[in-house]
Amino acid sequence: MKRNDDYLERRAHLADLTDKQLEERFWELANKLVDPLLQMGYEYTSPAVERSVLLRMGFSSIEAKAIVEGCIEHELMSHGAGNVVYRLSRAENMELREAGVALSEGKLWEQAEKLFEGGNEE
Amino acid sequence: MSDYKLEPNKPIDVAEILKDLESYRPRRRGWTWRKPVPNLHMGPFEYHDCTEPLKESVPLPPAHYFGDIDPQPGPVITTEIASGRFEDDIRRMRMAAHHGADHIMVIRTAGQSHFDGLIEGTPQGMGGVPITRKQVRAQRKALDMIEDEVGRPINYHSYVSGVAGPDIAVMFAEEGVNGVHQDPQYNVIYRNINMIRSFVDACESKKLIAWAGMAQIDGAHNANATAREAWKVMPELMVQHGINAIFSARVGIDKKNICLSTVPPTATPAPCVYMDLPYAVALRDLFHEYRMRAQMNTKYIESSTREATVTHVLNMVISKLTSADIQSTITPDEGRNVPWHIYNIEACDTAKQTLVGLDGLMEMVELKKDGYLRQKARELKERAVLFMEEMLELGGYFSAVEEGFFVDSGIYPERNGDGIARKIDGGIGAGTIVKRAADYMAPVTAHYGYNNVAQYGEEYVGNPSALIGGCTLECPEKIVYIDELDEQDNVNVRMEEVKDFVAGGKKIRPEMEWLADGTVMLTMFFPAPKPIAEAAALECAKRMNLTECEVISREIMHGQEGTRIEVKGKVPFAIDVDSLVIPKEPDVLSDDVIRKDIERKPMRIVAATVGEDEHSVGLREIIDIKHGGIEKYGMEVIYLGTSCPPEKLVNAAVELNADAIMASTIISHDDTHYKNIAKIDQIAREMGIRDKIIFIAGGTQVTPELARKAGADEGFGRGSHGVHDATFLIKRRWEMEAAEAAKKAAENK
Repeated sequence: MKRNDDYLERRAHLADLTDKQLEERFWELANKLVDPLLQMGYEYTSPAVERSVLLRMGFSSIEAKAIVEGCIEHELMSHGAGNVVYRLSRAENMELREAGVALSEGKLWEQAEKLFEGGNEE
Repeated sequence: MSDYKLEPNKPIDVAEILKDLESYRPRRRGWTWRKPVPNLHMGPFEYHDCTEPLKESVPLPPAHYFGDIDPQPGPVITTEIASGRFEDDIRRMRMAAHHGADHIMVIRTAGQSHFDGLIEGTPQGMGGVPITRKQVRAQRKALDMIEDEVGRPINYHSYVSGVAGPDIAVMFAEEGVNGVHQDPQYNVIYRNINMIRSFVDACESKKLIAWAGMAQIDGAHNANATAREAWKVMPELMVQHGINAIFSARVGIDKKNICLSTVPPTATPAPCVYMDLPYAVALRDLFHEYRMRAQMNTKYIESSTREATVTHVLNMVISKLTSADIQSTITPDEGRNVPWHIYNIEACDTAKQTLVGLDGLMEMVELKKDGYLRQKARELKERAVLFMEEMLELGGYFSAVEEGFFVDSGIYPERNGDGIARKIDGGIGAGTIVKRAADYMAPVTAHYGYNNVAQYGEEYVGNPSALIGGCTLECPEKIVYIDELDEQDNVNVRMEEVKDFVAGGKKIRPEMEWLADGTVMLTMFFPAPKPIAEAAALECAKRMNLTECEVISREIMHGQEGTRIEVKGKVPFAIDVDSLVIPKEPDVLSDDVIRKDIERKPMRIVAATVGEDEHSVGLREIIDIKHGGIEKYGMEVIYLGTSCPPEKLVNAAVELNADAIMASTIISHDDTHYKNIAKIDQIAREMGIRDKIIFIAGGTQVTPELARKAGADEGFGRGSHGVHDATFLIKRRWEMEAAEAAKKAAENK
């Protein structure tokens, strides 16, 4: 899109604002712009977010990557990759790391899927 | 843990740093600002805006006139160090810290933004360093030692961007990284990473940044570096700063840790201060709750390091007239190559010198409260507000990006239709985000967004990591450390290749970025137009046996009369350190010994700057009592001034019955300095006094060996002080007295 500089016409409604009011207007608009972005971050997750959760749970970057890829393949991402590992470890009576390493090696995915059956909707 | 310690008189041993990294833990988290010291007294001066001095440092070159003081200005000073080999960067970090840098920023290797996960090990980088846990640990560990040595905390910094932002943010929080770049807009606009993915990831990254108390720098300055006419994106820059700043604050980062990466948008020959200052004022008006990271202009940088340095000094005038919490430095060779050691140091010195030089400025001047400055600032703020109003009308941030709103070369609301547009469903990582289910859960600390831990017990709400007995942020022993993944591409292999050159080793070679790289730079002038000069310069370098020669700078002095050329190349040989003949440091007598000997027997000296030479500073330094010159020992000096003919100097020595002649000779063109020395020697011989009088000569271009060859008893070059001259005069007199006594004894026999 091309447009000439129409600043002087456009600014008419700002002309009477004090500097303080103009500053408030700036931040009001900035807040409005980021509202939906923050909401999206609240409601969604991503492979990188889930890997970062697994790293914090004590998995290596290589293990975390494999577990998240498994979660995507088995459509378990929405529950949280960390949740998948956590539930599996409880159900199978395994140490947390043991459960995660098994998943990273492609094992126990059927068992993991069963633990979340019927719980995939919001 | 290894008990290796840094020793002031020894180079850092990188091999020692690399030991036991698997058990290294950072000593602290979070960012550190400098500590202001009001009315700081150092040497003969009082400072108004300076901060706590360092324990050890390398001061600016003229500091030796003032007792080697090294005042440290207010802002944290950044240097960007990333040569591709992190092991060599560690040595550069130590040098930079000693020159006043307390913010070490590591640029990432090309392509890391698109790497979906953490890189491990220590592969070599391109235009930066692959950021890995091992590399971060090694550098943070080295900086722990370096900060103890200089006596000021050093902030370590890299980037949380790309498609693995949250992975990297976790690793940085675990490893004690103190500052980061984080701005989802950077991913979207410059790295073509899907916009939805970028913002979802950014929430998690920023939550971790907040938890670790890191300082965050945004990415807005890139619009300035990308836009065709950089000064026209000023309204947009404010919008980008605004979006990232408020987004970060609402995720939880303390506003005092949120820094705007702001660049004076233009550079000379534009009237840059006139254009940049209103923008700087507008920004500081709107963002007074946040911090300013003053970046330097790189948009118009060319290969002249002098020109770049002047631009950067002008940038710092803006910093001083407004404010800067972090003063970034850009190496003046940025327009030629990946920065070299020496230019990192130059850039740090440029910042320190400029900011110390401008110390106290704002106690004397203030920016006008009305007129052009304020009107222009107001206009820029209004344009930014209009920009955001239209973004919202279009449907918000994503729609505006799809419309190509950003990095358009028109000054908004003008639009040139050349902005960078991205599709909401396009880019790397598109279609990868997933809506969280009702039972979504993440049992970790510093996790953003919906997290149903209550399903496992109400007691975990507010402390989800308790579910697993603490995550790595509470229990660092749970971190899984990976050493190397690639047997060929790693630090051990690289260091083995240059092991003979490791500091303290037997061999040495010139170096610009990597140990033993052999790189040298030559400056030449040819009385010829550019094409001839360039070809001639390359031919010269080749005949000097340099390899991989390349012209890195050419500046026209006059289209026909001459061209200045800088060439880089590599020396193909190594030098055996043991084979070097190293001149001894001059020995000096103690002040007491010199004074006592003058009390025993006075000494009269005639001194002058000889020839047609008006330089007086050097000689006065050697003589004057107030500069610690030889007068303080009681020596009597008769100073004849500048441009003194050699005949007059020798005649005065005869008339005044002087014990010594002291000649200063600065002009070295056509060997004038040595010709003057020879002339004085000759006249003294003709007048029959040469064996009765001590004759010393000095000057910045004087080499002792050549001065002696020309006829002086001793020569004093750059770096000489009164005590060196006085020591020589006393010792020479002892020799003459001993010779005289021996002669008398022989006669008496």
